[in-house]
Amino acid sequence: MRQLSMRDAINEALHLEMERDARVIVLGEDVSGGAGGTSGQRDAAGGVFGVTKGLLPRFGEERVIDTPISESAIVGAANGAALAGLRPVAELMFADFLGVCFDQVFNQAAKFRYMFGGKTACPIVIRTATGAGMNMGAQHSQSMYAMVTGVPGLKVVVPSNAYDAKGLMLTAIRDDDPVIFFEHKALYPRKSVVPEGDYTIPFGEANIVRQGEHLTIVAIGRMVSFAEKALDALAKDGITADLIDPRTLSPLDDETIYESLEGTGRLMIIDESPPRCSVAADIAGLVASNAFHALRAPVVQLTPPHTPVPFARELERAYIPGPQAIEAAARQLLKAG
Amino acid sequence: MVFERDFLIRAYRQMRTIRDFEERLHLEIQTGEIPGFTHLYSGQEAVAVGVCERLTDQDWIASTHRGHGHCIAKGCDVTGMMLEIYGRADGLCKGKGGSMHIADMSKGMLGANAIVGGGPPIAVGAAIACKVQKNGHVAVAFGGDGSANQGTVFEAMNLAVVLKAPAIFVFENNGYSEHTGADYAVGSKDIAGRARGFGMPAEVCDGGDFFSVYEAMGRATLRARRGEGPSTIEPRTTRFFGHFEGDPMLYRAKDEVARHRATLDCLQNFRQRVTSEAWLSDADLDAIDQDVATQIDTAVTTARSAAPPSPAELETDVYVSY
Repeated sequence: MRQLSMRDAINEALHLEMERDARVIVLGEDVSGGAGGTSGQRDAAGGVFGVTKGLLPRFGEERVIDTPISESAIVGAANGAALAGLRPVAELMFADFLGVCFDQVFNQAAKFRYMFGGKTACPIVIRTATGAGMNMGAQHSQSMYAMVTGVPGLKVVVPSNAYDAKGLMLTAIRDDDPVIFFEHKALYPRKSVVPEGDYTIPFGEANIVRQGEHLTIVAIGRMVSFAEKALDALAKDGITADLIDPRTLSPLDDETIYESLEGTGRLMIIDESPPRCSVAADIAGLVASNAFHALRAPVVQLTPPHTPVPFARELERAYIPGPQAIEAAARQLLKAG
Repeated sequence: MVFERDFLIRAYRQMRTIRDFEERLHLEIQTGEIPGFTHLYSGQEAVAVGVCERLTDQDWIASTHRGHGHCIAKGCDVTGMMLEIYGRADGLCKGKGGSMHIADMSKGMLGANAIVGGGPPIAVGAAIACKVQKNGHVAVAFGGDGSANQGTVFEAMNLAVVLKAPAIFVFENNGYSEHTGADYAVGSKDIAGRARGFGMPAEVCDGGDFFSVYEAMGRATLRARRGEGPSTIEPRTTRFFGHFEGDPMLYRAKDEVARHRATLDCLQNFRQRVTSEAWLSDADLDAIDQDVATQIDTAVTTARSAAPPSPAELETDVYVSY
């Protein structure tokens, strides 16, 4: 079976959908790169992480648009183009840059349909690189998905592997609502089996990565692979878990979590963003409201501390919930209640 | 124009320190010891130093992701910077910030910034503080040609004009916004013209010539210190490395960097000028070169063997009190 990196899987999804639907355009900083350069070489970057490589040679400058460094204009223009009939895929080089253009994201894109009485749609995708682990410092490493998950009108996708990323990207571009698509930088080179051709993964449908009996683990994005590592270690002691990857945070497939808890009674949520008002806290709240009867122990939220992402290697390692911390927290949870 | 010997020696030492710091980092990064993302300033030294030689520790600057040169020119401790870039406990920001977030308020350095366009509004705020405090100090917003396309920068420029704030906008036009040419991304080509559109004086100067930057900055600081409002300077310059370390620079002509190193080197220009005017001798400059090389070597040696922050530091410094 063919294996692709998450970078190449998303790239393939973009190629497929631009081929299939002439309304799809891509815009962002250096999505091609080299415009106005002295080498004359276009597609000199293909995005700083290479995710949009090859789109410009194939689809041309009208549909693959290198923008100046102007995040508000990038997202705002994507909004306008969407209202006027295109299906833009805008790239924010780093999710932290949401800070520059938040008005266009949460006052504009998120609210058009509601404010305008359901008479329009804003089918944009904002692709953005997320997450810590590469020592990029406090303004290039954040996991900002909780901030957009809380905004009605936005859909939020956080793929954990290459296969899901391709199917979710195809769904995202075809979806008629604004979608924020968070791509973890550390997952870009990670490979998994990715079929050729067209397939979609529906939003609001969690993936049950593993099935087990002792606890339920909900893990987001990169945390899924860390949970798998921890479960490999725990399996040696006969400890097994349901490992649930929500894949989309809005809509959220909370039912799958409740169903799992009926069997296990113990829940750990692993989230790479800080703990307050996080997706972990949101899921814990939903479980307290809707599946309290199934819980045999307090819910564990394994997150970084309430701090910005630090730079030094030693500090960033301590910041991110890693496989060892997950394993220890799981053992603790099994003793509780 | 005649310049004092001590002034010229200091200016050259500052530029040489930046150059050696960056060229050495370029080598050290290849060892894999330095974490993260580093954007080098080599080639643009005359801008940082030409600007900062008009400032005191009480004047402010807001820097960019390509901030090492600004930090050194503003007087940040070179070993402290190196420790920070290595992510060490004794770094200027305790290893919590890194290359893109070096700051030192005691030197008037408001911080490097990993958000393009993040700095100029902050600099205008510092300029407002100078005005409120009636202390005669000024604030400088450094940005590249790329930052000239951010809305935050336009807002900051207009605000500075409206408030007659003692702010100076320095657009270091090195020809590239990351991997895209300024010829493409800056629609007006001329950034100074945009600044004039906001109602402030603006001039283009030669960023490869310390004296050209220094003179332009002299006019801007004089105006700001007199309470007449903001100005913009646009030094035209070049960078000798990629956008970040590891950038293959496919967007640049293959021989461009070598050509620019041969013809647009601001340190060579400086040497040529001061020796031909007989203001300084080659021996004077060579002595500085040697001295700086030793200083940078010490900084690297110190940083390499220094201790990392303790994990307990992870949760300190988030708030003043909580």
